[in-house]
Amino acid sequence: MNMNQTALESHPQSAFDPASIRADFPILALRPNGKPLVYLDNAASSQMPQQVIDRLVRYQSTQHANIHRAVHTLSEIATAEYEEARRKLARFINAREEREVIFTSGTTDAINLAMHGFGRKFIGAGDEIILTTLEHHSNIVPWQMLAEEEGAKIRVVPVNDAGELLIDEYEGLFSERTRLVGVTHVSNALGSVNPVKRMIAFAHARGVPVLVDGAQAAPHMPVDVQDLDCDFYAFSGHKLCGPTGIGVLYGKAALLERMQPFKGGGDMILSVTFEKTTYNVIPQKFEAGTPPIAAAIGLGAAVDYLCGIGIDTIAAHERALLAYATAKLARMPGVRIIGTAADKAAVLSFALEGVHPHDVGTLLNQDGIAVRTGHHCAQPVMQRFKVPATTRASFAFYNTLAEVDALAAGIANVQKVFR
Amino acid sequence: MTGSNSLYQEVILDHNRKPRNYGTLEQASHHANGHNPLCGDHLSLALNLDGERIAAIAFEGESCAICKASASMMTTNVKGKTRQEAETLVQEFRDMATGQLDTEKQAHHLGRLTVFAGVRDLPTRVKCAILPWHTLHAALHSVADTSTESESDPMHAPIGDA
Repeated sequence: MNMNQTALESHPQSAFDPASIRADFPILALRPNGKPLVYLDNAASSQMPQQVIDRLVRYQSTQHANIHRAVHTLSEIATAEYEEARRKLARFINAREEREVIFTSGTTDAINLAMHGFGRKFIGAGDEIILTTLEHHSNIVPWQMLAEEEGAKIRVVPVNDAGELLIDEYEGLFSERTRLVGVTHVSNALGSVNPVKRMIAFAHARGVPVLVDGAQAAPHMPVDVQDLDCDFYAFSGHKLCGPTGIGVLYGKAALLERMQPFKGGGDMILSVTFEKTTYNVIPQKFEAGTPPIAAAIGLGAAVDYLCGIGIDTIAAHERALLAYATAKLARMPGVRIIGTAADKAAVLSFALEGVHPHDVGTLLNQDGIAVRTGHHCAQPVMQRFKVPATTRASFAFYNTLAEVDALAAGIANVQKVFR
Repeated sequence: MTGSNSLYQEVILDHNRKPRNYGTLEQASHHANGHNPLCGDHLSLALNLDGERIAAIAFEGESCAICKASASMMTTNVKGKTRQEAETLVQEFRDMATGQLDTEKQAHHLGRLTVFAGVRDLPTRVKCAILPWHTLHAALHSVADTSTESESDPMHAPIGDA
């Protein structure tokens, strides 16, 4: 306790006080294993504020019906609310038009849609796709499947020891056959923020479109797809304080219009006969079947909530958390921080000398601290840094400096057990 | 209280720190590699059968403390036992770890291996404790490679996602 009090006194000032909003998150009051929950697994999934929970309840209890179909009042309300959510998401990423926002089940689904809709139509034998070492498996495997199917090749941008992409090498990978670049905005395993705007400009100068995996960026920094000029931007709702089962693929309208549908079914058609089906316009062309209406509306409410706090405020507070945590862990003997990029989001991956991450995770859990241990669905990153797995603490705006202290104390306890 | 407190007992920490029978055998009659792709744990196991009896056994690999201690204690427990006795231990250990054997109420031959009973409360760690035993089973059946995710693994069972 004394140690914590001392540490509290030395806390740097953050303009934003998370205490003011922590009460919005009922789950943060839980006491797993009899200890206050210290939730540091936000890169895997973030928690949901009461405002979003209430919105889901209101939709389900007073507004639910299927959308884009019937003429009855409830269907009209549900349709209007669903499309309003699309407008909110379009504004959130500053899309030029609402129809550029396609609701998917998440980032993985969004990238698979781009692979089937764009990749299958425009990438063929001998063509090349540029990806990076920092990609999550969800931005590797779909393209590998395509490459295998079509006889295309995958070229990979390497990283330096800090976990930063080697941009010279990236530029050297382009050839006449490059058809697409897929790059993560923020590395889920290391937190590195990639210079995507610059990478996109370079690709565009060679006529190559770019897909950005924004799953780890959208919750933590302002995203402006027009400023980035990306061709696709994919992200998930559940990492944005929204529900699971909902995500977004942003695509430039001209590109989406040239793409083929991924899934066939209702809602994505204009007319169907057994001789010929005419596809609907975007975005409906890519939203076959009944979508997760409640989840989309919930995500709209989540975006409202985050914008109410302010994305810049969130980013600044998370920077303060990262700086404090990095300094604190760097001082601990036996702790090796993996991923030390100059530009980082609030993700802290580390290895503890002599202790396997799974043992770290189990013992931290005993102290109520939730972290992720494993390869983070980014095995190429683990191979690059020659570790089988890491322990990853990932922060959200509702985390506090005192929780960083709890993490440090938890790590010290793990070291004591394994002394 | 969950099992994590009781799991990291001194005996397990000691076997993790100083694993017994760690290394390789010059001439092994049976061997197998065990791999848990979900967490990257892997170990290779070699043994010499003298008739039906396990005359020598050794393991090496990289894994968490639970897996390493389980492997270490497994080797000390099965050395000198017959193939059949070892297979009985494999089955009983697996049943204990997956909560199908209550070591306090039912008969068993596990002895001190019951220190691993706590993993039953930690579904994501069950596979860590079982991997060495999967690998022993594979070695005794001369299956060169096994994986906790292998469909062909005779011990394969859905026991949580590590």
